[in-house]
Parts: sequence; structure tokens; C-alpha cells
Amino acid sequence: MKILVPVKRVVDTNVKIRVKADGTGVDLANVKMSMNPFDEIAVEEALRLKEAGKATEVVVVSIGTDKSAETLRTGLAMGADRAILVKTDIANIEPLAVAKLLKAVIAAEEPGLVILGKQAIDDDSNQTGQMLAALLGWPQATFASKVVLGDGDVDVTREVDGGLETLRLKLPAIVTTDLRLNEPRYASLPNIMKAKKKPLDETSPETLGVDASPRLTVLKTVEPTGRTAGVKLGSVDELVAKLKQAGVL
Amino acid sequence: MATLILAEHDNTNLNEATAKTLTAALALGQPVDILVAGHQAQAVADAAAKLSGIRAVKLADGASLAHQRAEPLADLIVSLAGGYDAIVVPATSTGKNVAPRVAALLDVMQISEITKVVSADTFERPIYAGNAIETVQSGDSKRVVTVRIAAFPAADAGGNAPVETVAAPADSGLSSFVGADLSVSDRPELAAAKVIVSGGRALGSAEKFQEVIAPLADQLKAAIGASRAAVDAGYAPNDWQVGQTGKVVAPDLYIAIGISGAIQHLAGMKDSKVIVAINKDGDAPIFQIADYGLVDDLFTVVPALTKALAN
Repeated sequence: MKILVPVKRVVDTNVKIRVKADGTGVDLANVKMSMNPFDEIAVEEALRLKEAGKATEVVVVSIGTDKSAETLRTGLAMGADRAILVKTDIANIEPLAVAKLLKAVIAAEEPGLVILGKQAIDDDSNQTGQMLAALLGWPQATFASKVVLGDGDVDVTREVDGGLETLRLKLPAIVTTDLRLNEPRYASLPNIMKAKKKPLDETSPETLGVDASPRLTVLKTVEPTGRTAGVKLGSVDELVAKLKQAGVL
Repeated sequence: MATLILAEHDNTNLNEATAKTLTAALALGQPVDILVAGHQAQAVADAAAKLSGIRAVKLADGASLAHQRAEPLADLIVSLAGGYDAIVVPATSTGKNVAPRVAALLDVMQISEITKVVSADTFERPIYAGNAIETVQSGDSKRVVTVRIAAFPAADAGGNAPVETVAAPADSGLSSFVGADLSVSDRPELAAAKVIVSGGRALGSAEKFQEVIAPLADQLKAAIGASRAAVDAGYAPNDWQVGQTGKVVAPDLYIAIGISGAIQHLAGMKDSKVIVAINKDGDAPIFQIADYGLVDDLFTVVPALTKALAN
């Protein structure tokens, strides 16, 4: 069985982002970019399923500019077999468009399982996996902390408000990853070298016949109103007095 | 037209997330109906009918809806969508799971986790873990929106809306419920608590976490939270996690104990009304957003605070 893993190039999780002063967005010039952390977990899970003999091939796919090829190479260096880049210059491509593009890729690739990150850490939308499941008419299990692949179905334990829940999905199915699913591996230097020779195919929204134009207009982007540091107190009694004064006790 | 909101519940009790979502939905300026989708959930529908300002409650009751699985729930919402120009869903784990499925079936680009309604088609929402706020306008004929519940006050009870029954969807059989392992607790729910006592990695072990945090939480009738570092270290279960990757909360009082204040944690609690930080490292970033700080050893200060509050 083939597993497809969509990955997104995003601002590195350790970068403190800066909002442009004119309100037109977040400054991405000369900022370190990486694979979305939840997508790394998705790649890792697919690789583990392959290493356990439950999958035969892991294909990573990304939607974006030429630079998204770097993110795909990261996936290949982790151990994915091949990559597909859907090349587009549309900045801020939206989850609905991404889901439509992935649906078109899936029509050709016919994977048995698609594993995605639960959300990208740039737009924090948390939509693509669910939308893709809807467009394909497939079952979905979001926020996975455990994936057990059976014969014709998959049991997924999900992190839900208040604890855990386990669902059984008929294959083919969509799974989105939460943090505790696994600890992604680092790519070794030999594997990074090997990844350069692995196949990376390119296609485009036009070739796939998908209208990827945005539906939302971002009117402005601003910094949140900040909090200022308060006072450091000398004793517990002082703290209790302050909290009483603030009316929160 | 009108707005449909999805009720958050466990088939027995209506969750407060519903009343908060209602506040956001009423700001759209259209009549609001509440959909209660569940199994043997009449009590939930009756509770929802008491929320002020709504037109009606739609109760869909059937076995396929017992566990809020996305496939039947989305089919149900889509079957009702013709009568509404906005579908508003709380950004709970159930809402975040189902809403994008509904949006895609309706060919609508969803707007996630709104924190403010600017107008019927324009909303504010946080991006980059709350480090930027985006104002977005929808160009779709219908809106599908999820609501960050910590950002809205609960609507009042005191109404008496009619409860209408709608048909529950057939089960496609694509997914089935295997089981759940939900934590049982007498404490208030994290997302709705007025007071939260939160512990970090400085607690050092799961035993110490309980020993130090629980008595203070008991004293304050507070929910217990944890930083991701504490969760990753195994000191606290994941559903206690406050932050970008956990729950976003905004209680009246948030007490951060032994939490340094990583960006990802601050994203989940910086909208709390009053923040108290207790940490022996006076340079910890948490003090940059705390209203009141104690730079001291948590193992002496927290028991002393618990004792002082008991007197």
C-alpha cells in the first residue's frame, strides 16, 4: 500500500515572527524556513508503517513555489521514496485550494492512506485534512496520537477535549497527526546526499485542472495588543493582598 | 437568512462553549438556530432552548450521532445548510474536526478560530500562534466559521425557544467508534474555568506536580493546566496542556508555577485577566506578561500560598 504525505514549507518554529509595520502581513524576508512540525510527524509515521512492512511506498507532496522543493528534499532525506511538487506562485494558498489539488494528485497516485499534519504553524487553519476527506468522500481521523494499520481498516486514537478516543476507519482514509504520535527522526548526512538523487516530479494547478485562487481577502495583519510586565512581589501575603484587590479571589 | 450554530455537548449536558459560540453568532445580526446533534440528547436540546436570543433549537437524535463522528455529523449539517448563510461552530476538538468537512462539502473556505466579529463577512483571527492578528473577509456566498471560545463571553440563559426535530443521517459505515478514555474529574473544565493553576517542568516529577499543584487548585476550585514541557516530561496528561498546541484559555486568574513562558505556552494563556507567575528564575519570559510575580522556590511558595488562602 502506498502512503501519501502532504508537507508544507513554513517559518521555522523557533523564529520569532515580525509583523510588517504597514499591516500587509508577516515579514518572511531572510527568515529560516522548515517543514511544518506536524508534517514531520506525518512523514515519520508513514516511514514507520513502511519499515513495519505495512506500506510499500511513501510519497511526499508539497504545494508552493520552487522553494518548496527544499521541503520535499527534507522528506526524501528522512526516507520518503519520491516527491511531487505542485508548483504555484499563489502566496497564502488556502486550505480549500490545497485540498482540491491534493484530491487531483490522489486520483493519479491512488494511495491507501494519506497522513497530514493537523495544522500548519503559520496560518493555524487546521482544515486541509478534513477538507480533503470531504472532497474524496473518505473517512477521517484528526489529531492522531496512535495509528494501528489493519487489513482494510485503520484504528486511530485521537486526542480530544477531555482525553482520548479511538475510531476505526475503512481504507482508504485520512489521518491528521497530533504531537504525541511520534518523535520524528533527523535525516543523516548520507541520507541527505541520497535524497538528491530521488525522483521529484513537478506539476501545476493548471495541469491538474484545479482553480486554486483564494476565497478570502486579508484586509490587514497587526501585532496583538501586548501585555506589559507587572510587578514582582516580595511575599505570599503581598500576593494574596494584590489578588484580593484585583477581585479575582 | 439565518445563522446555524452547532451545540457542544456529551449527550447529557450542554457545554458552555455553546453559549460562548452563540455570542459570536448573534454578532452576525441574523436569527440564530442551534443544532443539537446527538443520541438520546433531549436534555441537551432543552438546555439549549433556554439560551437567550435564539430562534429555535433543531434536535437531530440518532445512533449515528452518538459520538459526534465527522462523517455523519457533516452530512447532517450540509443537509440543513440551505436555510442558512452562516454556520458557526465552537473550536472544540469536535468542532475543529467537523467544520472543515462541512466547508469543503459546501465549497466554502472556512475561517478558523475567530476572536472577533467585525461584520457579517469579516472577522479577526490569530495566526502564528497568536503572534499576529489577521482581519479576513470572506468572498463566499456562505460562511463557515469556528469560534475561539475563550475570546467570547457566554450568552445568557433565560430564553424559551421551540425545539424542532430534524432527521438524523444514515450511517455511511465509513468510520466506527471503538472506545474512549476520558479523564474523570470533579474540577472545572480547563476551557471554561474561572481560575487555572498551571504547572511546568520545574515541578520535576508527576508526583511533585500532584503534591504541589493539586492542593492550591482545590483551594481555589481551579482547573489544572500544564505547559507542554511538563506534558512531554510525563508530569501531566496531554489534555491539561495549555498553549498553541494545547488549549487556549482566558480565565479571570491564571497562576503559572515553574513555567518559564515559551512562546507556545504564552499563546495559550496571554488573554487571561490576571496572570501570576511563580518561578525562581527572575529572568524567565513569563514575568514579561505576568501582572504579579514571585521570584522564589515554588516548593516553599506554593504550599505557603495554599495555606494563606485557606486562612
